[in-house]
Amino acid sequence: MKGSMSAPLRALLALALVFAAGLVFHADGAFYRWDTHGAMLRQASVHGILACGMTLVIVTAGIDLSVGSVLALAAVFFSLLTIQMGWGAPAAIAAVLGAGVVLGALSGGLISTFGLQPFIVTLALMVFARGLAKQVSGGQKISQAVLKPDGSGYDYVDLPRVFDLIDSRLLGGTVWVVTLVFVAIAAVSWVILARLRVGRHAYAVGANPEAARLSGVPVRRTLVLVYAWSGLCAAVAGICQAAQEQQGDPETGTGYELSAIAMVVIGGTSLMGGRGGVVLTLVGVFTIGYLQKILSLNAVGEAGRLMLTGAIIVGAVLFQRSRRNG
Amino acid sequence: MGSGTPLLALRGIRKRFGRLEVLHGIDLELLAGEVLVLAGGNGAGKSTLVKILAGVYDDWEGTIELAGRSVRPRRPHEAAALGIACIHQELALVGPMNAADNLFLGRERSRRFFGVDDRAQAEAARLWLERLGLEVDVRLPVEQLPVAVQQSIEIARALSMDARVLVMDEPTSALTVMETRRLFERIEQLKREGRAVLFISHRMEEIYRIADRIAVLRDGQLVGTRHASELGRGELVEWMAGRALTEHVRAAAPGEAPRLSVEDLTVADPARPDRPLVRDVSFEVRRGEVLGLAGLAGSGASEVLGAVFGRLPRARGRVRVDGRAVPSGRPAAALRRGVAFLTNDRKAEGLTLSRSVVENVTLASLPRFSPGGWLRPRREERTVRRLAEELDLQAPSLGAPISTLSGGNQQKALLARLWLTEPTVLLLDEPTRGVDVAAKVRIHRLIDEWSRAGRAVALTSSELPELLALSDRVLVLHRGEVHAELERHEASAERVIAAALGGAA
Repeated sequence: MKGSMSAPLRALLALALVFAAGLVFHADGAFYRWDTHGAMLRQASVHGILACGMTLVIVTAGIDLSVGSVLALAAVFFSLLTIQMGWGAPAAIAAVLGAGVVLGALSGGLISTFGLQPFIVTLALMVFARGLAKQVSGGQKISQAVLKPDGSGYDYVDLPRVFDLIDSRLLGGTVWVVTLVFVAIAAVSWVILARLRVGRHAYAVGANPEAARLSGVPVRRTLVLVYAWSGLCAAVAGICQAAQEQQGDPETGTGYELSAIAMVVIGGTSLMGGRGGVVLTLVGVFTIGYLQKILSLNAVGEAGRLMLTGAIIVGAVLFQRSRRNG
Repeated sequence: MGSGTPLLALRGIRKRFGRLEVLHGIDLELLAGEVLVLAGGNGAGKSTLVKILAGVYDDWEGTIELAGRSVRPRRPHEAAALGIACIHQELALVGPMNAADNLFLGRERSRRFFGVDDRAQAEAARLWLERLGLEVDVRLPVEQLPVAVQQSIEIARALSMDARVLVMDEPTSALTVMETRRLFERIEQLKREGRAVLFISHRMEEIYRIADRIAVLRDGQLVGTRHASELGRGELVEWMAGRALTEHVRAAAPGEAPRLSVEDLTVADPARPDRPLVRDVSFEVRRGEVLGLAGLAGSGASEVLGAVFGRLPRARGRVRVDGRAVPSGRPAAALRRGVAFLTNDRKAEGLTLSRSVVENVTLASLPRFSPGGWLRPRREERTVRRLAEELDLQAPSLGAPISTLSGGNQQKALLARLWLTEPTVLLLDEPTRGVDVAAKVRIHRLIDEWSRAGRAVALTSSELPELLALSDRVLVLHRGEVHAELERHEASAERVIAAALGGAA
């Protein structure tokens, strides 16, 4: 290994480059305001929550394509319970998180029990969960506007307080509650991977599943737990998404699984499994978050934003690779 | 038999892997119309020589002459173009494709404008297979055909490329008696056509049935070449075994009580339901005893160890440790019963290469280092440091990825992993494969120490002197069955090899 720079350092360097670009293209000083950074974090938080769960999955050499759909299902389910069925927030949150865990565990169970490919299983769940979200919502957005029983128009109900609570600011108005949720999820994900036995098992399974099995590692249980955690993260993200959009939209979160994967990979966690971690993913979340923010501040249109993001993902991954081959 | 220039002549072939020379100047001639059997124990250099002929390596010294002309195949397709065809143990056909497509793979017959002329290929394929006395539906995917037929398709492919030299690396290992007979008939036909066959086999009966001449390799050197009728079986075994044996490193007398007992172990072969990899193997290993499982490639020795550990799903039989049954099919359960297993494939099944030395060593005993599920990295590090000193394991840092270590140190790390599980039974499949001499000596000592501490050890080694030096008793396997059981004083290299070849011990 000639390249002396470690993976975290390279990821940080990429982030610094993006940040420096912001300092240069600051859009009339907008980049120098705290507000901008708080808003960036707010926008990146939902994606970041998904990316934390995704990190655990990718460490096991897996992939979870279902998180965007599970997010939508959770948003719809949460809105339905709180807005239309009048559940209290704690009970509704518990029910939604439970659903996320069950769906994730289902993926993990199918993958580990039948030796199916994670890509296929979670692709199937992605389609299924999207369908379920539409089924539960009747194809409608679940919002304050509730269709009258006779279909003649809409009644407007009060939005439960929990929506505003999640989508509010703290600490002098710069930090949003969703960002704190993201930080909490990231912290727990880090503890799982770096400090718990199950995290060590996850790395071992990702690095060499046969070696893990021959060492007595409970491979199946490890995978079930990891995918369940990803499902839980998707459910948390769904609740945050519903609060931010003030409704449960069955179409929301489309393509979010891909941005979560991109964040993990840009951080330097290998899709081959067995290496990487949550800290790296945070760097990836910030890199993509700032990139998006800088592009929108400078009024780059959506078309240009997408193309640039794609190019930068490839560049960042090539950058990470050169370490291993160099 | 042709006189004058040989069809194929190897002169002074040398090959090294890194600093290790594995072929020390091999001279070998192959005449038109003859079958030359290449014999030798595991690790003698047969496969390396075959791969040189097949164009797998390009960094060897020496010359190859084909019909008097100097050639140097550097790629497999170059060897094929020269008329040297290799039929390997593992067949090189594309399973889902049919016989005709396989036959003409890479040199398809095309129609005038584009596309493959399927009809012409099928017709040509039928003709080639007919010449071998084979009637098969050339449109069936080859994976649906019996192994013997697949092998014939490979031979037909060689013939269709007008191969003059056919190299067959243990072609009968997957065949039944009938299929072997038919293969031999085909080889006779090849001889009549003036082609030359280099044939590798581990079976005494076969060697004498098919060979015109026999060449023996040992430790990368040619021991000799002689007409089959002039080389007695005893002499062949002597040639293969050699004389120089390492001194026995074991002095301790094993105890009486059986620690590990295995009854009627059978491992099915998913590819061949009629021929199990291991059949009705029973044995005991006592406290403090080292049992060596000997056998040539494909004998089933490795599968016996894997099955005892419960890693093979198709294994049946009873395994007991200190009288208590070990549930089958679950390595984790075997570990809990005090059974530890060392795989013979360090990289593919042993190491988690991207992880640190510490993590690799503690992987099988993590509960000890994570009470309540929380890891205690400092405790891990302390323990691993102590073990590393004990085993003279050299690592730049214990936190560095284990992939940065040499083979010998990686192997020590795996043995340390086993040690930490506090096993009573150790199953070691090739414990010193690919390690340097110093590491080998340390590992030998460790095995001796383990057995002195009352543990039961069962091991395999493709190096016979090593196996004999380490073992108190040797079980010789041949085609999945126990062919001989030899106590230490009876276990000479000659007797073990004779039994491993399927003869009387």
